[in-house]
Amino acid sequence: MRRIISVLVENEPGALSRIVGLFSQRNYNIETLTVAPTEDETLSRLTVTTSGNPQVIEQITKQLNKLIDVVKLVDLTEGHHVERELMLIKVRASGPLRAEVKRTADIFRGQIVDVTSSVYTIQLAGTQDKLDGFIAAIGQTQVLEVVRSGTTGIARGEKVLCL
Amino acid sequence: MELLSGADMVVRSLADEGVEYIYGYPGGALLHVYDAIFRQKAVTHILVRHEQAATHMADGYARATGKPGVALVTSGPGATNTITGIATAYMDSIPMVVISGQVPSGFIGTDMFQEVDMVGISRPIVKHSFLVKKAEDIPEVIRKAFHLAQTGRPGPVVVDIPKDITDLTKKYEYKYPEKVKIRSYNPPAKGHNGQIRKAVELLMKARRPVIYAGGGVVLGQASKLLTELARKLDVPVTNTLNGLGSFPGSDRQFVGMLGMHGSYCANKTMHQSDLILAVGARFDDRVTNNTEKFCPDAKIIHIDIDPASISKNVVADIPIVGPVDAVLENMLSQLDEYQGSQDNAARAEWWASVDSWREKGLFTYEKADDILKPQQVIESLYQVTKGDAFVTTDVGQHQMFAAQHYRFNKPNRWISSGGLGTMGYGLPAAMGIKLSFPEEQVACVTGEGSIQMNIQELSTCLQYDLHLKVININNQALGMVRQWQDMQYDSRYSHSYMESLPDFVKLAESYGHIGIRVTRPEELLPAMEKAFSLEDRLVFMDIQVDPNEHVYPMQIKDGGMCDLWLSKTERT
Repeated sequence: MRRIISVLVENEPGALSRIVGLFSQRNYNIETLTVAPTEDETLSRLTVTTSGNPQVIEQITKQLNKLIDVVKLVDLTEGHHVERELMLIKVRASGPLRAEVKRTADIFRGQIVDVTSSVYTIQLAGTQDKLDGFIAAIGQTQVLEVVRSGTTGIARGEKVLCL
Repeated sequence: MELLSGADMVVRSLADEGVEYIYGYPGGALLHVYDAIFRQKAVTHILVRHEQAATHMADGYARATGKPGVALVTSGPGATNTITGIATAYMDSIPMVVISGQVPSGFIGTDMFQEVDMVGISRPIVKHSFLVKKAEDIPEVIRKAFHLAQTGRPGPVVVDIPKDITDLTKKYEYKYPEKVKIRSYNPPAKGHNGQIRKAVELLMKARRPVIYAGGGVVLGQASKLLTELARKLDVPVTNTLNGLGSFPGSDRQFVGMLGMHGSYCANKTMHQSDLILAVGARFDDRVTNNTEKFCPDAKIIHIDIDPASISKNVVADIPIVGPVDAVLENMLSQLDEYQGSQDNAARAEWWASVDSWREKGLFTYEKADDILKPQQVIESLYQVTKGDAFVTTDVGQHQMFAAQHYRFNKPNRWISSGGLGTMGYGLPAAMGIKLSFPEEQVACVTGEGSIQMNIQELSTCLQYDLHLKVININNQALGMVRQWQDMQYDSRYSHSYMESLPDFVKLAESYGHIGIRVTRPEELLPAMEKAFSLEDRLVFMDIQVDPNEHVYPMQIKDGGMCDLWLSKTERT
């Protein structure tokens, strides 16, 4: 089962390597990983998507909590949440396909952020599914390069992850 | 306020922390610190012959005293040599602080001479680690390191200190913090009252309960409370390897160690039970055998300070997270208030079954006239030391024989690498203990394979008058490997035979100690008595035993707890 675990960690050198190391050391999966400092400069927020049976997920959260640098964490998938991923995709856009690519980008609410006579660079945000859907939808077009940020997320409603 | 250099702050912080001994080895990155050591008397430094031994000494000290042990090593190879010792402490949750030198801050990452990323290399086997950035941080970092090492689930902590930070010419205001706060680290102070109430109810209603107690009881200094609880409930008690001594080994309620080489009685009692009270134990694979066949009728109450240990290998019905002593204390007081009583008839029936499984003897073997059996050596050691010695071991058959045949009535006396299974552990661990308990009997039970992994420490023993006894059970083979080769590989002894063994008696003598060789059964007891009567000498006993002896019982792979080989030909 896919899970999104959101973690507040001390903004210290080495903290990230402890977390990533824990996953490889204990044979857990990392599907995506995003990390950046928060508005409190002593903290970073890290979002990891992983998968496993409930027992494995329980171990992952317990083992993460044991790390001294981990201040707090939440499994976002346990409740209602919003999740987003950012994708920048560079596609061949020439001839009759040029207009077709633009149309598809519009349908997916993507923005063309860079243009040459033969190439569009499109920015797209959404769930993993939506980004996958876009790539499938422009199937006939030649995809030159894809970069995805990995999933990040936040709980819906009043629930917050903070100190 | 006092002004001190970084190097002096390191040593003063240790003194202010109450550290008596540091075990270490100097080198380039630590020269400032060693100079600071030279200029003070509060902390005694012990010079080992290999850094691995420094960590095992610290570990032995910690297991015997309950206080964190401290090792001090230089950068590069000094640091990497501690890895086995740190991992040993990590697996058995032993409080330890390892201070390593590092190349100067500005040179980190340049592959400088004797540079290694110590924080990186040790990361998976430490509770936490620090790379000190500024000299002013030293006292606080050291206080934090000790706080982390000894609270919650204990473990090793590494403090890596770049050389420039210990510069003797730069001085800073020194104040050792009394308390430190780590916002993300709040180990539980007590167990959940409601969970304990549920546990008490289950315990009172159980018909076939058993207590399964591990190293956490020893570490949590809760042996007395555990014993009180066991008596009050009148239930059989078994110990894990690391739990030995947490309940009196010669007590009627004790059914022996459990697990892979545990007694038939202990394993059978677990398997047939309807309720297991697990205290400070972690359902290790060497205990459970195949977890799918583990104790089919039993509900499980699991007390542990580490939530990650609960339901990791075997799912607990009633998890209780908390320090063992606080939880047991609460449990005892709730038991006193409990309205209702146990089913005495059911309990009598349960004890009758347990006693019938005990009848065969917990651990048995057959003696021979012309050759010594390794088990006899442990029995003789037990007899001569009146069951009151500190016993350290290495790893292999001798370790299991010692665990089976030496009955520990007190905690902190059985000192053995259970989780990692580190050969070479026994001698330095015994040294750490003898240094702190010079008047006590300290025996290192070892084998001719293991002892050679840290035998250079005999030299350290001479330097510091560490008059321990080395009981080398010599079967001229890596016995446990050979046993598995006998059982699973048609006795193809691939590299389990040791050719060209040294003459251990001469070797001991050349290190300035006394060596005694024992080859015949009738020589054993007098030799053992002689060894322990020589109180002011280290005696190395080289005892030749039957190379064909196996450790039994032995759990059968992929079976349940009580699927056992009882001897070479007999199984359950």
